[in-house]
Amino acid sequence: MRLTYVFQRVVLLLAIMWMAASINFVLPRLATGRDPIRERILSESARGGGATNIGMTEMVAEYRKQFGLDEPLPKQYVTYLWNTLRFDLGKSLSNYPKPVMRLISEALPWTLGIVTASTLISFTLGTILGALIAWPRAPRILQYTVPFLLTLSAVPFYILGLILIYFFAFQLKWFPIGGGYPIGTIPAFTLAFFGKLVYHALLPSLSMILASTGGWALGMRGMMVTIQGEDYMNYAEAKGLPDRRIFFGYAIRNALLPQTTGLALSLGHIVAGAGLVEVVFGYPGIGSLLGESITRFDYTTIYGIVFFLIVSLGLVLFILDMLYPLIDPRISYE
Amino acid sequence: MSGFLRYLRRNPSLGVGIAVFLLLFAFCAIGWMRYDLAKAAYPLAAPANRPPSLQYPLGTDSQGRELYAVMVVGTILTLRIGFTAGLIGLVIGTVLGFVAAYFRGTVDLVIKSLVDILLTIPGLLILVIIASASRTSMNINLLALIIASLAWMGPTRNIRAQVLSLRERPFLQAARLSGMNSVEIIFLELMPNLLPYLAASLVGSVTGGIFASLGLEALGLGAMREPTLGMTIYWVIYYSALIKGMWWWAAAPVVVIVMIFVGLFTIGAGLDELANPRTRRVV
Repeated sequence: MRLTYVFQRVVLLLAIMWMAASINFVLPRLATGRDPIRERILSESARGGGATNIGMTEMVAEYRKQFGLDEPLPKQYVTYLWNTLRFDLGKSLSNYPKPVMRLISEALPWTLGIVTASTLISFTLGTILGALIAWPRAPRILQYTVPFLLTLSAVPFYILGLILIYFFAFQLKWFPIGGGYPIGTIPAFTLAFFGKLVYHALLPSLSMILASTGGWALGMRGMMVTIQGEDYMNYAEAKGLPDRRIFFGYAIRNALLPQTTGLALSLGHIVAGAGLVEVVFGYPGIGSLLGESITRFDYTTIYGIVFFLIVSLGLVLFILDMLYPLIDPRISYE
Repeated sequence: MSGFLRYLRRNPSLGVGIAVFLLLFAFCAIGWMRYDLAKAAYPLAAPANRPPSLQYPLGTDSQGRELYAVMVVGTILTLRIGFTAGLIGLVIGTVLGFVAAYFRGTVDLVIKSLVDILLTIPGLLILVIIASASRTSMNINLLALIIASLAWMGPTRNIRAQVLSLRERPFLQAARLSGMNSVEIIFLELMPNLLPYLAASLVGSVTGGIFASLGLEALGLGAMREPTLGMTIYWVIYYSALIKGMWWWAAAPVVVIVMIFVGLFTIGAGLDELANPRTRRVV
């Protein structure tokens, strides 16, 4: 792999980080005519019962100084960039003074768990299914799953989640209605607790798997159909290679690369969808955290989550890009 | 007309899509005649928490909205958001795609890299930032504009690729040699050939727009007072309707949303077939 290519990708990654941070800095400041600190103090003192204006100006000025809002804008911008670069995303407004980064790192494992598991399962399942549908010697009955899976893939994950909750959690009571683990249990590294974790993660994951398998199957089927016309396939068959070998070693191997590119491209879509699934299921991941922060007007947390997700997705894409030559030796970035 | 029907026989997915939308249209038309929509779709129009009955065909929600009326208004509003955002995105995308592919050079490089970077960033997340910065003044049109601001990358990329492939075709060389200027070539030669692609792209960007609007609304960033489909989903989650057994509250928006997406998906597949009959049939 050429070093210049790696360098280019690193620059792109930094550009994405810079863009995400700048959007976070600029957009809230464009919403003019509002003074968040003043509003906040007013609502707090109103809740305390005695809303007066005595000392208000001094208090606002003091807080502005504390948050560095009295500095000139360019200086604020530089400070902001430097802080976000160190993943210091400020403190949560609704859970003050808990740092946003801590909130995120508490919620991250949950999201990571269901997103990774369901993406891997649906990707593998969809790829194999798609390959079989396009394979002339596979059972014809598989063909009939296509319209069904495609219909499901046209629907957002969380809409499917609502349907699953009603039938499987509320009516049949096969699965818990929400949450990450049973109320009253304490998270621990035991097998029993792990079982409960999986039990709670099953329904949210299932809604994502059902909704995304069809898309993968469709993409793989298209690639397999193209590949079957290739000369090397005819040659492999003429040589008398066993069917299984042609299927796995020749057809799937070559069709896999566009699939992985597709995975990289739809990762953002998957994460956004997973967030909404979490909101629907009350699953304690980043999506639920985002939903709660929106309800509580916790702007630092909202901006922190968005920045964190954009940067981590950029990082994942970067890693995937570096892995392509391993999946497909034809790519060498020469 | 009979020619069109005969074509639908060869392109069943287009037919299915059109049928789904006709069904939705009939559903809305009946509700339009039955209800005073300015009242029934808003809180306190009916007794709360009623399951479906003859008087309230789709039931009522906890704030006393008539769900049938909500679905009629919601379908119209949601489609309006989707079409406004999708159309604006398509127009911007078409212009940028044309400029990039027709003039090439630095302009192309700038537009292409911008699209590439923005496409890797999940749009919904940026929309969350924009929407939460302007949420106190959120309304239907603002929501559509916010979504439109990130709906142009897909169309830009598609149109650019199409124009790039078209500009090398013999008929364009003939046009150039016969002395047509750029404007004439763009509007008389390129545009007519792009129409099917534009139609297919429009369906794609409308789908994206509705997807984004539903997502933002379900997160609580929509126009709180408007009875759109996404806001209904938000209230369903907010009031834990399913856990209280109020299945009708969720069933109505879920069915309508599934119909909209399946309809758009099949129409999109049908238009793809129309635009590019040589690709293998998808559905």
